[in-house]
Amino acid sequence: METEVKTETTAGAQTMSQDVNNTPAVDESTRPDVKMSASQLNLWYGDTQALYDINLDMYSREVTALIGPSGCGKSTFLRCLNRMNDLIPQVKLQGNVTLDGEDIYDHSVDVVQLRTFVGMVFQKPNPFPKSIYENIAYAPRLHGTGTSRSELDDLVESSLKRAGLWNEVADRLDTPGTELSGGQQQRLCIARAIAVNPEVILMDEPASALDPLATATVEELIHELKDNYTIVIVTHNLQQAARVAGYTAFFHMGKVVEFNDTDTLFTNPKEQRTEDYITGRFG
Amino acid sequence: MQRRLTGSAEDPRIKARYRSEKRFKSYTVTALFVAFAIIIAFFTDIISQGYTAFWKTEIKVTLDYNERAARIGQFALAEDLRDIVSRGATRSIPLEIRNNPELAGTTREAWVPTYSRVDQYFKGNEELPPEMAAQVESLKEAGIIRTTFNWAFFTSGDSKLPELAGIFSAMVGSILVLFVTLIVAFPIGVMSAIYLEEFAPDNKLTQIIEVNINNLAAVPSIIFGLLGLAVFINTFGVPRSSALVGGLTLALMTLPIIIISTRAALRAVPDPIRLGAFAMGCSRWQVVRDHVLPLSLPGILTGTIIGLAQAMGETAPLIIVGMIAYIPEAPGSIFESATVLPAQIFTWASEPRKAFVEKTAAGIIVLLAVLLTLNALAVFMRRKFERRW
Repeated sequence: METEVKTETTAGAQTMSQDVNNTPAVDESTRPDVKMSASQLNLWYGDTQALYDINLDMYSREVTALIGPSGCGKSTFLRCLNRMNDLIPQVKLQGNVTLDGEDIYDHSVDVVQLRTFVGMVFQKPNPFPKSIYENIAYAPRLHGTGTSRSELDDLVESSLKRAGLWNEVADRLDTPGTELSGGQQQRLCIARAIAVNPEVILMDEPASALDPLATATVEELIHELKDNYTIVIVTHNLQQAARVAGYTAFFHMGKVVEFNDTDTLFTNPKEQRTEDYITGRFG
Repeated sequence: MQRRLTGSAEDPRIKARYRSEKRFKSYTVTALFVAFAIIIAFFTDIISQGYTAFWKTEIKVTLDYNERAARIGQFALAEDLRDIVSRGATRSIPLEIRNNPELAGTTREAWVPTYSRVDQYFKGNEELPPEMAAQVESLKEAGIIRTTFNWAFFTSGDSKLPELAGIFSAMVGSILVLFVTLIVAFPIGVMSAIYLEEFAPDNKLTQIIEVNINNLAAVPSIIFGLLGLAVFINTFGVPRSSALVGGLTLALMTLPIIIISTRAALRAVPDPIRLGAFAMGCSRWQVVRDHVLPLSLPGILTGTIIGLAQAMGETAPLIIVGMIAYIPEAPGSIFESATVLPAQIFTWASEPRKAFVEKTAAGIIVLLAVLLTLNALAVFMRRKFERRW
């Protein structure tokens, strides 16, 4: 039964990849540099295939949004980009993912090293149950990028400023990070990710656990971070994708159905399924 | 207006439902009451039998270091007191004179313990022959006999003379045994649990190990005693009856408890904390060291305390490795023969003499007090350091 389904969908994927080139219809000359790229990426959880032949480029200093209904594989794909899937037993992976042309699944790659280049922010804010200061200073101290107290002080301040949290917490850096409000916690997590000085920041529905006001703040922040970082964001919220992302990929049933710059994808989708999804007919 | 909400008084079905509810509730209350009554009865019995052991009867005597006393200590006493004073009080006089010849010919007044039957007579536990009873009563009235707090119970070891027997050597033995158990079981248990919970892949082998650890926790403790006998004494030649062999044996028994409670404590640390740390480039050990362990430490310590408390009350495996010995002198190291509190209680309980009954009960009171303190400490730590996410 299951194999039947699988062959059927795989066949679908093949016709799919013939139909769509998975490259946005932007002019070749204005297209920015590719920061990360997945090609022919397949992933299985045990016997269940979750991703089918994903080909996707993430452009440097741009926000790429991954949208799609629940269980479409967008979060799974996101976790492939910093190899968080390594932590899940029984994950099998085929194909490759590159960071600046370097295969991140190569045997010689040190995962710990990779994750300092590709940071991550999770759906639910998960600050460490330590002080605000320690939350941010922890990783630089660990990686040896900040050693003296004054260096760390500067780093904490600049990270919090970039995350737009400095003004709210400057006078209470010693209080536990877990005592902040939800939105503040999420910005603390973003500051924490920034403190490692990554090149790519992955965000897994970073605003879905926040109220509308906090969401707006986080979105604004993402917009600002775009100037310095490559951002890949998974979101359930189509308006959010439209607001923050320059490029959007629509995932469905483990495949990239359509990838384009956000305006085109939302106003003039090529695929029927994309149109159905963004107009709310399913998902 | 038709009232529909008050009809239950006439409805037989509703009445029957209320009746059965009441009946069921009364069963549960009765069960609770019975359980509580048993505990109260147990405590009252033990305490009423044991509290007298914390008091002792003393008599004021003149010790005469004469020539005969240099050979047999009892001759240092006036003749009519020899049956009333504890033999233990004069036992060491010949030795004292030998070590310090200047004592010879001197006299000295001292409060010494009475013979255990006199002690029991004043505590109302035992009868004395009428003339002896009259004698001690008159001595009591004259203020020659008094009752004081029995510090010796806590400062001296076991003795064949009940009026001199104390729990000190058993306490020291228990502390040494628990020390060995802690030193061995804590690091091994915590490390095993960390490996199983944080590092080990989820495969057949680790599943088998996990099932076996859970089974080990349910193995009767006497089996661990046999294992300790076979492995530690017969194979490795660890001194029999020593705190070392007892501690190692109890460590075997405590290990699964520590592993299971440590794993539970580690599992209680939410995964987002781990993921967050991994995502910023922590290695697995860094995640455990900096994030998981600090958060789970209170739980680990609580589990360890409970495991140790259980080990402390354990007797059966220690009997097998010879820790039931008669130990009047507290052991000075883990290699010397030792006994532990529950084993001491066991020894006293098998004594036929009346005076040992109160010793047994008093030993139980001390053991219970220590165990309740340990458990209270565990509960306190869990309450104080418990974290919620």
